Amino acid sequence: MAVLSSGRPLVLRVPGVMTTEVGSETDVKKEPEKVPEVQQHTEQPDKPADSTASASSDPPQEESRSAEAGSDQEATASPEPSSPPAAGGQKKDKGISRFLPPWLKRQKSQSQDKPGESAAPPKQESEEVVKEDQEETSQPKEQEEDGGGAEHSEEVKEAREEVQPEEKEKDEEKSIGSADTQPVREEKEGESEVKESDEKEENEEEKKEEEEKEEQQVVQQEASVPSTLKLNKKMKMVVCHVTLLDGSQFSCEVEKRAKGQYLFFQVCDHLNLLEKDYFGLSFKDNAEQRCWLDPTKEIKRQTRNSQWQFSFSVKFYPPDPSQLTEDITRYLLCLQLRQDIASGRLPCSFVTHALLGSYTLQAELGDHDPEEHRLDYISDFQFAPNQTKELEEKVVELHKSHRGMTPAQADAQFLENAKKLSMYGVDLHHAKDSEGVDIMLGVCANGLLIYKDRLRINRFAWPKILKISYKRSNFYIKIRPGEAEQFESTVGFKLPNHKAAKRVWKVCVEHHTFFRLVSPEQPTKTKFLTLGSKFRYSGRTQAQTRQASSLIDRPAPYFQRTSSKRISRSLDGAPVVNVSDYSQAAGAGENGPALELNSDSKSPQVEVVEKPNADAATSIASETAFETDDASERKSKLRVQGENIYVRHSNLMLEDLDKTQEDVLKHQASISELKRSFMEATPEPRPSQWDKRLTGSPATSLRLQAQGSLEEELTSLFLSKACFSGLAGSCSTAAAPAEASQGSAQPEVPQKSPPHPGTDSRDASQSTEVKPEVNGQPEVVEVVEETVVIEEVVKAKPKSPVPEASFTIETEVKEERSLSSDSESEEEAEYHAQPPSTSVSVQQIKEEPEEEQEAVLTQQAPPPAIESQPSAEAAEPEPAAEEEKAAQPREEEHTDEPPLTPDEAPNGHAPQHQAPPTPQTAAAEEEEPLIVNGSASRLETDHLPQVICCSEPPVVKTEMVTISDTFAAQKTEISTKEVPIVHTETKTITYEAAQLDGNGDGEPGVLMTAQTITSESLCTTTTTHITKTLKGGLSETRIEKRIVITGDSDIDHDQALAQAIKEAKEQHPDMSVTRVVVHKETELAEDDD
Amino acid sequence: MAGLMSGFGCFTHAVMRAAPRSLARDALRSGGQEVDLLKVQEEHEEYASVLKHRLGLEVLELPADEAMPDCVFVEDAAVVCGDTALVSRPGAPSRRRETEAMKSALTELGLNVVEMTDESATLEGGDVLFTGREFFVGLSKRTNQRGAEILADTFKDYAVSTVPVQGALHLKSFCSMAGPGLIAIGSSEAAQKALKIMQQMSDHKYDKLTLPDDSAANCIYMNLPGKGDVLLHCTPEEFPESAKVFEKLKDHMLIPVTNQEKAKVDGGLTCCSVLINKKKNI
Repeated sequence: MAVLSSGRPLVLRVPGVMTTEVGSETDVKKEPEKVPEVQQHTEQPDKPADSTASASSDPPQEESRSAEAGSDQEATASPEPSSPPAAGGQKKDKGISRFLPPWLKRQKSQSQDKPGESAAPPKQESEEVVKEDQEETSQPKEQEEDGGGAEHSEEVKEAREEVQPEEKEKDEEKSIGSADTQPVREEKEGESEVKESDEKEENEEEKKEEEEKEEQQVVQQEASVPSTLKLNKKMKMVVCHVTLLDGSQFSCEVEKRAKGQYLFFQVCDHLNLLEKDYFGLSFKDNAEQRCWLDPTKEIKRQTRNSQWQFSFSVKFYPPDPSQLTEDITRYLLCLQLRQDIASGRLPCSFVTHALLGSYTLQAELGDHDPEEHRLDYISDFQFAPNQTKELEEKVVELHKSHRGMTPAQADAQFLENAKKLSMYGVDLHHAKDSEGVDIMLGVCANGLLIYKDRLRINRFAWPKILKISYKRSNFYIKIRPGEAEQFESTVGFKLPNHKAAKRVWKVCVEHHTFFRLVSPEQPTKTKFLTLGSKFRYSGRTQAQTRQASSLIDRPAPYFQRTSSKRISRSLDGAPVVNVSDYSQAAGAGENGPALELNSDSKSPQVEVVEKPNADAATSIASETAFETDDASERKSKLRVQGENIYVRHSNLMLEDLDKTQEDVLKHQASISELKRSFMEATPEPRPSQWDKRLTGSPATSLRLQAQGSLEEELTSLFLSKACFSGLAGSCSTAAAPAEASQGSAQPEVPQKSPPHPGTDSRDASQSTEVKPEVNGQPEVVEVVEETVVIEEVVKAKPKSPVPEASFTIETEVKEERSLSSDSESEEEAEYHAQPPSTSVSVQQIKEEPEEEQEAVLTQQAPPPAIESQPSAEAAEPEPAAEEEKAAQPREEEHTDEPPLTPDEAPNGHAPQHQAPPTPQTAAAEEEEPLIVNGSASRLETDHLPQVICCSEPPVVKTEMVTISDTFAAQKTEISTKEVPIVHTETKTITYEAAQLDGNGDGEPGVLMTAQTITSESLCTTTTTHITKTLKGGLSETRIEKRIVITGDSDIDHDQALAQAIKEAKEQHPDMSVTRVVVHKETELAEDDD
Repeated sequence: MAGLMSGFGCFTHAVMRAAPRSLARDALRSGGQEVDLLKVQEEHEEYASVLKHRLGLEVLELPADEAMPDCVFVEDAAVVCGDTALVSRPGAPSRRRETEAMKSALTELGLNVVEMTDESATLEGGDVLFTGREFFVGLSKRTNQRGAEILADTFKDYAVSTVPVQGALHLKSFCSMAGPGLIAIGSSEAAQKALKIMQQMSDHKYDKLTLPDDSAANCIYMNLPGKGDVLLHCTPEEFPESAKVFEKLKDHMLIPVTNQEKAKVDGGLTCCSVLINKKKNI
């Protein structure tokens, strides 16, 4: 289930995004979506969860859908209400609609109201649900209302239906193919006008509905809740005043209970702005502090006593404005920056003031005209906080040099220079450090900057930050330990008051999500337990908004440059006449996507849980079992994870400590033995080895080519220490486990058997690592795993004058945590930073070359140790099971410590799975079912051979093994599909599989973030990949360290390896080492020849 | 100025100052070595010749002042970036007056001159590393926080990050820019530590060129019209291993410049000139 569900929503989302842009079309869209969804529902008839269940917790997407479906059914009985548009859709669909899940209906309504935010609100709602449950007393009322509302909605629908039929068709098309959305939009635009009136009504209704939803907090119920109630009631309207970036005022009437989003979209429509995700509305609170209006919450609840006076402004400054799609967006950004500069918020030098000012003149006034433009023509402009005559003269001088530049070009130039300013996009907050010294916290796209006076005294890039939290007036960030550091540290800052601390925290959460994540973090299921702020950024991330923007296909909108009233001629073409249409369309379009997101997030978890458990537990790896203990247990565990992760880790650490010395020694011994064995072993002709492998793996031929002279890994050692909070005590070293895992895994292996040539250990491993991350990995909440994969690559080039031997040690540390960072009371909250996903592959690629270069520079390897590694290579790669087997015996011999026993772990956990009554468990279960349904094969595909290959010196748990398999399978599948280069991947896959073990859920997770860090010391290069994946509300942080030890035979590789492992442990005290793979690559003269 | 932060390494002018005879005896030094004045002057002339004749810079050479034995190291007296020059306040009291001549020279060149008047501030140019995108200021015995703040106020466009300097006179005693985005860094623990700090503090990615010898990491990068990337660096005689590293920079015009004698008084290559780009490209 999980796979399917997750996959579908994603797909849907994309189209949705497209549609959202379209804007006015939302109504239509909703309908089309419903139809497809209906089919889905039919598929999932089983799932229709109890409405109550759904209300309590929303599992991600599909689950939610199913739950909603259930609710819908109910709803159908009691009309859905929520959005008039939906009603229209229902009428048409009526026959179908009954079968359709309520969530579909919801989407419609939501889409209209909350395009951008849609994703977020659901999350919040779900979160809120828990809290609000207390308040749920209101629900019954809602249901009643729903009934009434349904009637109303029907009426409304009828009225609308007349207009919509055509639209519906169009919408359907759109929904089906996202790519088509834009063209459709154009067509629809005309329609949109017609609909506008309807939409407005709908929007209002929707707003109401949304509000109600929040209050009620039951998503499903919300869907069911009819907007009609609202209609019935007199709507209290409030006039909002919004100060726009050009200084003008925009006023509009808003229903008193409207959410921030509604007003925001009104403003964006007014501005004809499509790329609105960079912007926001702010207001001054009672303390005159600027606060961002949360789009997902009611305006009145945020403004409290203060007036309904807002400012439209840039919230997220795009690091590269040239990547914005539309000139109008850049223009608005320019306006914001001019404000920032004039107010002194964005400091710049005299020269820069002059330069930026000159571009402003060029954009606003056009070419300098000596007759028309006397010196005082610029007196209306403020170029700097303290504008001098000298500056004005300089501005004019420069203005003259811009002759011929169009306004759009001038804006672009303005931004190109402004973006380089060091304080561009830095949101400053006053604070004190631990010693009471006044500092400034600067939140920006890249992370958190610490200033003392004007000096930057520290910087914490997002990748460096593990957790963001606040408590009372303190703001904390938990820092990932550096190479030289052994423990993660928490840095605390004192803010003026609680509100300020929360504000910084929110800004950090938002910036991290927007700039660093691919998609917003989904609400944590654990939220039930936590009392803290559930706040999350709910809008689109930069990645998402860019994707959406790329689909914008409208003529460059007409807009006036206020100061000059100059019509902007975009480079593209002439101004468009139908301004209003476009704007509306745009708004609607955005809404659409948001809705989709919401639906995903909203999906009730409970339902899912119920269904899958049995199936999942049985078929799927025991991983889930770990996660799903008794419901009660789970709750407790979840809490533990969210808040006490540290503690757990510490426990783990203790274990490690106890064992460390011995283990380390063993490791060393085993490694050295392996080494020797390799050394001693008569090198087989590599081709033969390869052939074997190749037989196992399809891609072999390619690999061979790619590999070239490189030799494969000699040995792979898995030091997997699975630490489960409950299981920790049970960790034991089982000698046989590896074999067992093999047995189970092997059958599967052939299917997937991604080729894992050991040849290019570096490249392959890296590539593989990346892939898994990208794919998204399921996360086990409770299980905290660290995988240390240490690869030693010894390259010996006998013939080459300066032979070099390199050790590659890959250490993978997996950490699985529950995402629920939110914690305690509103007084405090946590947010776990996740690494970004998308860019990883690129980064890695880049980094690799660097490593090589460095190695060359620093160490020019002395005489090479020529080692033939024929046999060793086979060990890791999955391709040939035989090889693996062969390798294992060797390793086992060397290593006293037994491998993991996969079977045990799964069994133990399985019972737990079934038990789970609690919502959390449900979530976990959800994942399982998905797996079962969608891809049993995937699971099978796991690379057991890999596991087998590795000898696991320290404490290996069978549990881990099983988990890893599932993961591996998933990853492998993904990788094969997505990754063009099979060869390297294969290898990597193997590693991954082993690493993946911890996940076990079998559900594909959503890759939230991924990052790669490379650091070097004299003879080692450490590449750290950190990925965070979101799965079923659980986040898993996986740290994979690749340590490349490059050097001649002179270097004591064993020692270096031992040191590397030790350091890895020290650096991540809160994580457990699950795997260590040692590759030795030796470049042999033979190969070269 | 085609724009902010463009044209890193573009220089048209250089300010130098002759070596006074007092340098041999009175110049500050950490090593306590004997200095051959003649050799210093030879090196100085070679240096000036490279700038003038080999690279075509317009060199403004200030006369020596016997009362200021360290005055040959003009870099410490001013920080020039773009059209703005910050006349510093050297941390060594004996060097305070070196800034007077520098100030007048920079004014003469038409730069926007800012003076560091705060009595509590000290800053020497040797502690200021400008990467083209941002400043790193070494907090050393010669440069303090206040001095760095004033620098940040002067060059508002750029981030100014502070880097503690230990075990060396100046930040640039073990590092410098060897190209756009390329930091030359020594191998010592102090140098590597400083590099790590700089990397952490920066939003930008820098490549690094690691040199076996800290002193060799002080080099001068320029990007000159018609000549491309130019790098003045240590000679093989002084640092054979480090020179080999430089020689791997195939795309640079490599000019080894002798600095053996001045090194005895803690002088690096960058110390002997203030480079200025007077072309206004705006």
